[in-house]
Amino acid sequence: MVSFLSMAGLYVLLEAEFVAAVQVLVYAGGIMVLFLFVIMLVNLRDAAGMRFALRPAISAVVGLLATGLMLHLFMRGRPGPAAATSALRQGGNLQAIGEAMFSDYLLPFEIASLLLLVAMIGAILLARQPRN
Amino acid sequence: MPVPAAHVLVVSLLLFAIGIIGVLTRRNAIIILMSIELMMNAANLNLVAFSRQLNQIGGQVFGVFTIAIAAGEVAVGLAVVLAMYRNRDSIHVDDVRLMKG
Repeated sequence: MVSFLSMAGLYVLLEAEFVAAVQVLVYAGGIMVLFLFVIMLVNLRDAAGMRFALRPAISAVVGLLATGLMLHLFMRGRPGPAAATSALRQGGNLQAIGEAMFSDYLLPFEIASLLLLVAMIGAILLARQPRN
Repeated sequence: MPVPAAHVLVVSLLLFAIGIIGVLTRRNAIIILMSIELMMNAANLNLVAFSRQLNQIGGQVFGVFTIAIAAGEVAVGLAVVLAMYRNRDSIHVDDVRLMKG
């Protein structure tokens, strides 16, 4: 989807090149392909027609209310000007991220790896064919 | 010229709102999953924007973590959709109401 690639462009503008690269690799390369595979596998002929919730008006109103609430809260306090970039830039963005990820954020890194393993096992268990 | 954080936050807010409205109004499980991905992207954009704003690298590190978790989530979610389609030949969440009393 174009939206995911545009997000990567926004990350580049925010001086987060590594996150942008990961975004392109994971979303455009992985998640969209996964979505396309599943759309191909399930028969979308009957699902192609738009089918909305039971009460789409209520849902839309709730969604718009949530948006308005967030906009209101946002307008109450705006962030000041951005700081000059120094900590994000030491030795390049990738080196800064690597040093932070493997020193300060080592435990979340390991937990994320464990979670990916669990997700992989769960996806295989859920999606495999029944034995008979 | 750097992008002001407020503009990025507005973009993120709109993305999140589109995700919310998508989840609330559509009943197709795949489209609901896509909307959830959209909301996760919005949160991720916030993380990176504040990382830039506050000059701390932690936001970007957690952005990478969020992308990893989104990948795992979408894998499990699509597996659930596949199992649902195999069992009851439909991917509309209204048709799956076994737990409804």
